[in-house]
Amino acid sequence: MNGILIRGGRVIDPSRGFDEIADLYLLDGKVEAVGRNFGTPPDAMVLDATGQVVAPGLIDLHVHLREPGQEELETVATGAMAAAAGGFSAVCAMPNTDPVCDNQGVVGFVKAQAQRAGKARVYPIGAISLGQKGQQLAEFGELVGAGAVAVSDDGKPVASSHLMRTALEYARTFGIPVADHCEEPTLAEGGVMHEGIVSTRLGLKGIPAAAEEIMVARDILLAQLTGGHVHLCHISTRGSVELIRRAKEQGIRVTAEACPHHFTLTHEACEGYDTNAKMNPPLREPEDREAIRQALTDGTIDVIATDHAPHHYDAKEREFDDAPNGIVGLETALGLAITELVETGLLDLPGLVARMSTVPARIFGLPGGTLAVGAPADVVVFDPALEWVVRPEQFYSKSRNTPFRGRRLVGRATVTVVRGQVVFQRGC
Amino acid sequence: MTALGKDLIGLEYLSAEQIELILDTAEPFKEVSERPIKKVPALRGKTIVNLFFEASTRTRISFEFAEKRLSADTVNVAAQGSSVQKGETLVDTARNLEAMRIDMVVIRHQSSGAAQFLAQRIRSNVINAGDGKHEHPTQGLLDLLTLRDRFGRIRGLKVAIVGDVLHSRVARSNIWGLLKLGAEVAVCGPATLLPRKIEELGVTVLPRVEDAIQWADALNVLRLQLERMQAGFIPSLREYNRVFGVTTERLARAPKDLVILHPGPMNRGVEIDSDVADGPHSVILPQVTNGVAVRMAVLYLLAGGSPDWAQAAGRGEER
Repeated sequence: MNGILIRGGRVIDPSRGFDEIADLYLLDGKVEAVGRNFGTPPDAMVLDATGQVVAPGLIDLHVHLREPGQEELETVATGAMAAAAGGFSAVCAMPNTDPVCDNQGVVGFVKAQAQRAGKARVYPIGAISLGQKGQQLAEFGELVGAGAVAVSDDGKPVASSHLMRTALEYARTFGIPVADHCEEPTLAEGGVMHEGIVSTRLGLKGIPAAAEEIMVARDILLAQLTGGHVHLCHISTRGSVELIRRAKEQGIRVTAEACPHHFTLTHEACEGYDTNAKMNPPLREPEDREAIRQALTDGTIDVIATDHAPHHYDAKEREFDDAPNGIVGLETALGLAITELVETGLLDLPGLVARMSTVPARIFGLPGGTLAVGAPADVVVFDPALEWVVRPEQFYSKSRNTPFRGRRLVGRATVTVVRGQVVFQRGC
Repeated sequence: MTALGKDLIGLEYLSAEQIELILDTAEPFKEVSERPIKKVPALRGKTIVNLFFEASTRTRISFEFAEKRLSADTVNVAAQGSSVQKGETLVDTARNLEAMRIDMVVIRHQSSGAAQFLAQRIRSNVINAGDGKHEHPTQGLLDLLTLRDRFGRIRGLKVAIVGDVLHSRVARSNIWGLLKLGAEVAVCGPATLLPRKIEELGVTVLPRVEDAIQWADALNVLRLQLERMQAGFIPSLREYNRVFGVTTERLARAPKDLVILHPGPMNRGVEIDSDVADGPHSVILPQVTNGVAVRMAVLYLLAGGSPDWAQAAGRGEER
């Protein structure tokens, strides 16, 4: 196998505190060398990265790839391609497929589909409960044995505190995190957006911030009780941020993620009943958005994840009450993060790479997130100054549901390398 | 584009001038309904579909009278149940109607935003006859007209909206209309039935109905949907009447005679006592009469009619 030489870029590797103009040489699916002036190895493919950032491939801990079951919305292959186009070398696929990923068969199927696609790596997340019904624990041992990297009933909250407790305890055996979609179901029932002045004006049923915060508080207490690792998905409220901050001060094993839409938009985006602004957790208030941004700066929130949720345009083309939740995010995440967090001075580029690659790898125990010699050759090259306009019709994802159509962003992936293979290269 | 734009979605989206234009245009149309031959040719040749996804008697009949008295051709479509359950989407229903070359759609729908959704997708004029908990603009307009008839003005009036504001599109349309025309507005009801941050719309929140009665010139008493009890918003209808009911005893302690409005249908003995509803200060039936005139005005203006023509239509006899 021939090597790849990525020459002259700003190599940022937060795992080693490395940030220099350097060449990166990949060989046999591994990082062979990082440094300067080691010449051009014979037969190497040379990529010029002058003026660009070379970093460990981005890792998204939270995507919905819809396969098996809803292949008309997305498949593992199209999702993995969209991921690669967004600079992600690996994604973690949530288990709310049909059938639910609650057994080793589905885990194996998703992995096989990912292998066949040969784009971004796909790590399945197994269900916490059989059928995500919130009753009986799934077979974590078999899920992990087949390749699951975490468990979650995402899409549905774990309503039973007993189930959450046992999941956290049992997961310790396998050293995997339990990822929870924090939503107290009786408070959130029937809600279609954030409860506040906009829902009052639009006459839409709101979901109060407390619906999330109650479950964040519960999960923190259960993590403390069990010693298990709880990973809190898509945190959206300032109250949740405060709870997580205090839990971390106490040394409780809690990690958290935030989505680009929650650090970019507010409930104002629902004005005009725009169903592309309908998501769960909902877009919140400006103070919440500000708290999420600060939490990404200070590390209270560990990682940026997309909650990539493909839907057919027909499904969003209806009454707000009846439209499904969620937006696609893989191909806009990096641009939004650079535009909203780096350009505003909240994160520097190493901080950004940490939140989108190094830290996700560490907290889910995944390969990657580093450019240390011998590490997997999973690399992203991105231009942090490239200005572009979001054109959903150009997405690799099968779905187009995004509230960011027409938005000007700064920063975009140009090359994505997975296992030493260029899986995406943006045409100039 | 007409003086109102293409559609009537809500009073939030109209200016004070546009609202006043509708009320002024309604005046000559009131007289049309008093004639032996209740018909003017203003909308002759226009086709209007009344698309009702939710049960309605009063509003549908009122629109239908308004349309017929303007000589429009009308079709009623009662598409009960959500479009999703029906299997056809709202946008498909609308596009099919439009393919039959209609001029206007009057839509009542259980989902907030449905009227706007439709308006953005079809060329016909869309008139919102109530969308979920969002707005019911013609109800707001007929309430304004009724208040103006009674007081001679809206500016400076104190109007308290009492009851289930949370689930009420009537409340929202009244709030926007009254505020735009310079009234002071208070809302009053159990905290379980008041939407979050409602005060940010510019209204005062009065926790007790006694306070509202002390403060207001007029009360707009909202219907209490009986299913709110099962949903746990109030403990019982009996207690609701005891704590929030508009009763003769409570009104007797008011510093002045209050004008009483109710959008109907009433639950007598729950949110309003019969002797209040039937009493001398109730304008509940004048509201219904004004409803036809206001809807005629809206249809007429959206069809491109000018207020001057409305005067002419009001004077002219159908020959």
